[in-house]
Amino acid sequence: MHNSSRRGFMGKAFGAVAGVGAVGSLVAMKKTWDPLPSVKAAGFTTLDMSIYKENQLVTEKWRGKPIFVLKKTAAMVASQTDEQKERDIVVDGSHFMLAIGLCTHLGCIPAYKGEAEGFLCACHGGKFDWAGVVTQVPPPRGFDIPPFKIDGNKVILGEVGPEYKQMKETGITL
Amino acid sequence: MAHFTKATSVKDWLNQRLAVEKIEKVMASEYWIPKNINFLWAMGMVLVITFALLVVSGIFLLMYYVPTVDEAFYSVNYTIMREVDFGWLWRHIHGVAASVVFLVIYIHMFTGIYYGSYKKGRELIWVSGMLLFVAFSAEAFSGYMLPWGQMSYWAGMVITNLFAGGSLHADGLVEWIRGDYVPAQAFLGRFFMLHVFLLPLAIMALIGLHFAALRIPHVNNQDGEEIDFDAESKKYLDGDKAGSKVMRFANDFMSKDMMVVGIFLIFFFYLVFWNYSFAMDPVNFDPADGLKTPAHIYPEWYFLWSYEILRPFNIDLGLILFGFAQVIFVLLPWLDRSPNAVPANRRGLFAIWFWVMLSNMIILTAMGKLPPEGVFSQIGLVSAVLFVVQWIALPFITAREKKV
Repeated sequence: MHNSSRRGFMGKAFGAVAGVGAVGSLVAMKKTWDPLPSVKAAGFTTLDMSIYKENQLVTEKWRGKPIFVLKKTAAMVASQTDEQKERDIVVDGSHFMLAIGLCTHLGCIPAYKGEAEGFLCACHGGKFDWAGVVTQVPPPRGFDIPPFKIDGNKVILGEVGPEYKQMKETGITL
Repeated sequence: MAHFTKATSVKDWLNQRLAVEKIEKVMASEYWIPKNINFLWAMGMVLVITFALLVVSGIFLLMYYVPTVDEAFYSVNYTIMREVDFGWLWRHIHGVAASVVFLVIYIHMFTGIYYGSYKKGRELIWVSGMLLFVAFSAEAFSGYMLPWGQMSYWAGMVITNLFAGGSLHADGLVEWIRGDYVPAQAFLGRFFMLHVFLLPLAIMALIGLHFAALRIPHVNNQDGEEIDFDAESKKYLDGDKAGSKVMRFANDFMSKDMMVVGIFLIFFFYLVFWNYSFAMDPVNFDPADGLKTPAHIYPEWYFLWSYEILRPFNIDLGLILFGFAQVIFVLLPWLDRSPNAVPANRRGLFAIWFWVMLSNMIILTAMGKLPPEGVFSQIGLVSAVLFVVQWIALPFITAREKKV
């Protein structure tokens, strides 16, 4: 009885030491897989918004992701529904669709088929219109909008400006 | 200390230290296999040989492959394919075997379902087998990343995005898995490690468990007959080899097993030398480009059926059904409520269930490969719903089954 309680104590003591070690090593393993500081630091891109042509899709790059920039024509701006209007980004009097060019379903890059057809994702058949609103499932929501800050005729991607903050708060983008 | 005597032979020396004779009996000459089986019972050995081919060809590829985003593509497509003597042979063996191994796994799996080889004490064989299927799937996926071509990159993007869990938006989890905002160096490095070390290790351990789970219940037979292995093996050892229902694993059964393996290898190397291109997607011969999605993304053929279950629905329902399809096969021994461990053709409604399931999975596979448009989308949707309905119906169908 005396022995067995001593063994019991030794077992519990070892269990405690091993438990601390196990938790510690799990933390280390988790942290080792985190994105590196160099990856996180390279997360800002500045776009000069005065160079884009109307209804011509340009794909920029931010954090390795494609960023769609589409300058809207006057006709597009005039015809915008409420849903399309709230995603509108106005820089220096011009209206833009600015979004992460990845399908919100599983991240393929949809192709722009022109004003009438909008964007088509080849992976699972999702569709978006020229303002970035979903017109055909499976994508669960319109294109995500990257954090942006308007600075004169420039847009800085990765920084949070008041326009982006409002979009985020009203749930227009994630 | 244990008592050792002067050895009379090398075998005796080993026997005293390792009990090699006893091991040989347990593992081979007195491991009893029913006689009433057919060539489908050789698929296990075919899988062992295919896995060995994958390991050996992988070892040679590993010596020249460079796991960096700048060099991976060229180390495969230039160094291994053009500079290394017979480099093409290892790559083609590895690629063809990775595809063929799934064909044999599916045959092995459906053989098990048809003959009821997951019942009456054989549940753990089934479960460990399904875990092997999962491990092989992870191994295939991680290996597919390594050439760092367009299909590698975009398959990596799409599959890691699954972990965001649809509306849960666990984007942090996805970035953690990738080690970056998109698949990049950190991603390639960790999948390289998984492919060449951790997953093969897990597969080998699971193969050990799979074999161990087989040891006590023994191999099933064509009639699902419950054999008294003690009595039958005694009959065999007493000299009545013809009257016994069992035979030795080695060399009796092995001789037949290796005959099937021989035929398989002729077919396999025919593919390796003359028809390897089915295992090499042409799109993956373009280097990875994060700003250009290929026109049509599809997985390798062996993942198409579950991909097609994901595709027709909105993301949350799609993910739920996809998850359902991944785990439901594991539960087969418990979803099948019938006590009958006999071939499906003697089980009434279950026979229909079996053949519909098999055909439906072939249809799902075909639809997964076709573009998601028009009538194909509708066929895919019906098939995906049928797949789920069949699994929900299984316990009810089998509970009503009469004892045979």
